[in-house]
Amino acid sequence: MKKLKLFTSGIALCCASMAFANDDLVSQMDDPKQWAIQTGDYENQRYSELDQINADNVGDLQVAWTFSTGVLRGHEGGPLVIGDTMYVHTPFPNMVYALDLSQEGKIIWKYEPKQDPNVIPVMCCDTVNRGVAYAEGKIFLHQADTKIVALDAETGEVQWEAVNGDPGIGETNTATVLPVKDKVIVGISGGEFGVRGHVTAYDMNSGEQVWRAYSMGPDSDILADPENTTHLGEPVGADSGTNTWEGDQWKIGGGTTWGWYSADLEENLMYYGTGNPSTWNPAQRPGDNRWSMTIMARDIDTGMAKWFYQMTPHDEWDYDGINEMILTDQEVDGEMRKLLTHFDRNGLAYTMDRVSGELLVAEKFDPVVNWTTGVDMDPESDTYGRPAVVAQYSTEQNGEDVNSTGICPAALGTKDQQPAAYSPKTETFYVPTNHVCMDYEPFRVSYTAGQPYVGATLAMYPAPDSHGGMGNFIAWDNINGEIKWSIPEQFSVWSGALATAGDVVFYGTLEGHLKAVHAETGEQLYRFKTPSGIIGNVMTYESDGKQYVAVLSGVGGWAGIGLAAGLTNPNDGLGAVGGYAALSDYTALGGQLTVFALPD
Amino acid sequence: MLRTASYYLSAATLAVSLAGGANAQSWSDQPVNPDKVDVDVAVAYEEGGRYYNEDDIPTYNVADDGTVDWLTFSGFRRYHAECHVCHGPDGEGSTYAPKIKNSAVHMDYYAFYDVVVNGRENGNSVMPHFGDNPNVMCYLDDIYVYLKARGMEAVPRGRPGKKEAKSEMIQEAEDACMG
Repeated sequence: MKKLKLFTSGIALCCASMAFANDDLVSQMDDPKQWAIQTGDYENQRYSELDQINADNVGDLQVAWTFSTGVLRGHEGGPLVIGDTMYVHTPFPNMVYALDLSQEGKIIWKYEPKQDPNVIPVMCCDTVNRGVAYAEGKIFLHQADTKIVALDAETGEVQWEAVNGDPGIGETNTATVLPVKDKVIVGISGGEFGVRGHVTAYDMNSGEQVWRAYSMGPDSDILADPENTTHLGEPVGADSGTNTWEGDQWKIGGGTTWGWYSADLEENLMYYGTGNPSTWNPAQRPGDNRWSMTIMARDIDTGMAKWFYQMTPHDEWDYDGINEMILTDQEVDGEMRKLLTHFDRNGLAYTMDRVSGELLVAEKFDPVVNWTTGVDMDPESDTYGRPAVVAQYSTEQNGEDVNSTGICPAALGTKDQQPAAYSPKTETFYVPTNHVCMDYEPFRVSYTAGQPYVGATLAMYPAPDSHGGMGNFIAWDNINGEIKWSIPEQFSVWSGALATAGDVVFYGTLEGHLKAVHAETGEQLYRFKTPSGIIGNVMTYESDGKQYVAVLSGVGGWAGIGLAAGLTNPNDGLGAVGGYAALSDYTALGGQLTVFALPD
Repeated sequence: MLRTASYYLSAATLAVSLAGGANAQSWSDQPVNPDKVDVDVAVAYEEGGRYYNEDDIPTYNVADDGTVDWLTFSGFRRYHAECHVCHGPDGEGSTYAPKIKNSAVHMDYYAFYDVVVNGRENGNSVMPHFGDNPNVMCYLDDIYVYLKARGMEAVPRGRPGKKEAKSEMIQEAEDACMG
């Protein structure tokens, strides 16, 4: 089914544009024995057709082999498998290993870039990297210092390099890249340093820059057409990237682009979300701050925007909109639709028509979300598509130097970048979530290039009056906007999920467990404690007729900051302070890949 | 003197003061026993809402009812905007940066100041330099006394419940510094 669909889309494209340089990656992704892209496929479904490991036998899973990365920092992303080779990356200094799966993981080559360590402290929240990408015989690494390197997949030799940003003004990278057609499309981090976000396409064979689309600025910078680019069906008009900002503030406006990207080759569109506007003090940047906090659909070849949807106009809570856009083809009211589903930091899950940008569903995916009463779904309304903000939790309305308390979710969102999975078999999304609330006090800050530009003090704590844990792993129905089941977790679930045709869903926990649950019921079928907390994403592949499941351990990232020493709730009063679980009581640092298989 | 000097001047003076030091992380997670550590945090005098010990080093002041001085409260706020993304909530450290609440006790005031102004590097562990960042430099005494109070367990984790009002002198200094 899936094979047929991709085949047809390949044909359609080849005849339309002639230059379809990247059939290679499409066919590599279509082979379920491989894991050819971080996101599983262009749809970001993180679903595998492999079913040798299934709900009946996953309880017998064993560790087959392990590999130490030699790095202690937070390990996000995961390995790729192409043919008999596995590619494993590390956090800063961003090493890449090519491992020979036919020789028990022997190292074929290793690449270690030289980077200025001064990039380390301008990376918000640890020196994570979400993995390499593959296409056309090349491995693409996007380093912390924003250098993009194309390596020969067989030898590790550098084929080309390009520099995407300037760490001197706080521009860094944590994300993987999207290889699509004859381009490599990349993003930028640095929203806490007043960086103006952008997405940039480089030529896959030469590294030459092809197009760049900023998140805010003049139309020529944001690649928007006043007539043909739409927001909820209406043309955005001229100067949409500057006219909701005061003066020149858009120049340090944030809206960075560090999430996972998806693509629809039939529509020739790529999808991503933009981050928070800078600073975190909303009083310092009046207006809707477009196009921060926005879902974007852009033409793959030109970067021209087809549609935008701004989820959180004038952010007041740091609810970055960068989380992945998962593409599915599903029936809605008896009609097959091309959908995009997005679980936002702001606690709302959006289902949209990915061709037109029409908003179909916007519902809370954690019942504790309280900053909004919901999104106006009436197309005739003046506030169509806008969330109704609850005054009590509005850090803008409460003002500078006022501590707004009890806001749910916290700034790290009901879900951060940790990607969800979708099973076409169950038509269900499996979503790793945070269950954390916060107090937020904004105050005035001044901008200095290359220095943090934050402007708020936050205190975070487990969602009150709930199960006491800081996370949930949920199953979500994107058509009805409902939670099907929810597994409470002691800590935020900061690991990307994997769904398989074997009716098993995998995810990791911050304590270090790899867990397997039943895709229909959520019943726990297996768990194993790896050497360190898991913030990596689970993947699967087949080698020599055997299915394997693999995940990186190595605690760190945002979770390693907030949870290392445990959270406190200032509203609980004295005595309860320090009463919540501290991650440091459960796990310690260490980067390791653990690979699982069924016994012979 | 020091307390009235602009941060630029302090930075210049202090750059000279730290020479050998920098055995980077070895001391940073050393626990603090507030009853045994030999650190002079006792208030010798107060000037315009700021508190100092005998050696004219800024210190915190916590009243019997838990009311903290303005700088300690202000330090809590500024710390959690500028420092917390590496050093964790309440100075408790993270998976990659030290428990800085202990550093504030173990390190000399001038050495602490120097590291914030100039940064330092220890392999892949890098403290950035904040010398040109007014959001940090204009509040460095605030951050210092807050962390020292945390390290000495004079204030608990979380947001201080009660605080002294901001004095006119502190407001004037802030306005002058932030520009």
